[in-house]
Amino acid sequence: MDVLPNFSVTHAASIDDIVRARAAAPDSRLIAGGTDLMVNIRRGIVAPSVLIDVSQVAELRTIRADADAIELGAAVTLAEVAAHPGVQQHFASVAEAAGSIAGPTHRNMGTVGGNLCLDTRCIFYNQSEWWRGAINHCLKTTGAICHVAPKSRGVCFATFSGDLAPALLVHGAEVEVGGPAGRRIFPLERLYIGHARQDRPFSETLGDGKSYLGLRPREFVIAVRAGRTPGLISGYDKIRIRRSIEYPVAGVAVALRRDGPAFADLRIAFTGTNPRPVLLAGTETLRGRSFDEESRDRLEALVRDQVMSMKTTFTPGHYRRRVASVLARRSVARLFERGESD
Amino acid sequence: MTRVLEIELNGERRADPIEDNLLLLDYLRETVGLTGTKTGCDGGECGACTVLVDGVPRLSCLTLACSLVHRRVETVEGAGADGMLSAVQRGFHEKLGAQCGYCTPGFVVAATALLRWNADPTDDEIRAALGSNICRCTGYVKIIEAVRHAAALQSKGVRARVARPGSC
Repeated sequence: MDVLPNFSVTHAASIDDIVRARAAAPDSRLIAGGTDLMVNIRRGIVAPSVLIDVSQVAELRTIRADADAIELGAAVTLAEVAAHPGVQQHFASVAEAAGSIAGPTHRNMGTVGGNLCLDTRCIFYNQSEWWRGAINHCLKTTGAICHVAPKSRGVCFATFSGDLAPALLVHGAEVEVGGPAGRRIFPLERLYIGHARQDRPFSETLGDGKSYLGLRPREFVIAVRAGRTPGLISGYDKIRIRRSIEYPVAGVAVALRRDGPAFADLRIAFTGTNPRPVLLAGTETLRGRSFDEESRDRLEALVRDQVMSMKTTFTPGHYRRRVASVLARRSVARLFERGESD
Repeated sequence: MTRVLEIELNGERRADPIEDNLLLLDYLRETVGLTGTKTGCDGGECGACTVLVDGVPRLSCLTLACSLVHRRVETVEGAGADGMLSAVQRGFHEKLGAQCGYCTPGFVVAATALLRWNADPTDDEIRAALGSNICRCTGYVKIIEAVRHAAALQSKGVRARVARPGSC
């Protein structure tokens, strides 16, 4: 690790403090747990002149969950989310996702906002300065090509690995962000723009592994909220090279509702596969069907079409896609069975 | 920017001038001189630098010292008292929970936090609580045994005086 660059730290006490501090230092970054940002600073990937510590902003520390709705402030820690009885009982995918991130000490530090905005990852990016320099850097930093896909024509394929995003996406969550122009609320799915399309120009809604968040300059996440659909049960599962600390090879959140022997509703979201968390499109075609052989085949086809298989980690790309498929099938089967008894 | 860090460290109040970009790990090792807390991976992957902040385990290699004003920090040096080992330290000592010993301070601190809120943890709970710490020597079997032994010692209220290094 490199010696820390010089920066100053501002301790914010309110949302307005954050907006003001960001206006005063455009290259500033928000910090709470530091488990993502500090590592990148130490690796010389980013060098902000000002860090804004938001961990004590009261409004960002809101945590509420009951039979009707969930609200998580950006500075709530992952350990707090995982241990909250309301989250465990009514938004199981969120509690399970939060409780499976990194290791216990990391979860005491890492926060909801940090995990939702987690920097995308790649074996050519999450390396020391000299390692990256030895291959002329990569597209996500200062280099000219993507080493994962050298013919990518300017598109970065770094992978989004946050676990909370898919767990909240299957509950139809909305995110509230703040910035110089005030606050806005929009579907959480629109926070993630890492579509990595080579055939379309990048825009505010279309980015890649480098430009992966749909936030305007100096905007930041305040909270994420979701209502509860009656009868919907959810869960989260992931596969890692080892069962602690490691980022996921693939993670899947599933939420479903059963009507007798058939699906009444099915939502599946992935992380660790694409430059954005993927809310699987086309699952409504399984509505009215039981989880039989053909449903499994249809599900596998959806995963195959929408989950990427770029080699951004140590495992081969096709392995990651197969893991995603198996995880989805396993999680849907588990919840489908449980849905019967509920 | 330089500021004064007022902090409670192992039960003692301190005030030290520090820079904003000083890590808690470097504050402990370089400024205060408490070198029990180890620098391992230096990037939040190994847990050797684990300390308690207000009783909760944190990675000091990723924590800024200036964000801990008036907070309570405990390091491995605060585990024992009056020349006596704590139950957790004695557990590691008696059950050979350390080999090279480099990861041990992190394990002792994480296990101390565990036994405070759960005096009689199952093996699974021990494994889960130590999930952020890596040991490359022991294979973890002895460490789990050490924590289990520590829980038994703690329930009996046992402390132990151990010979100083070099006196045997």
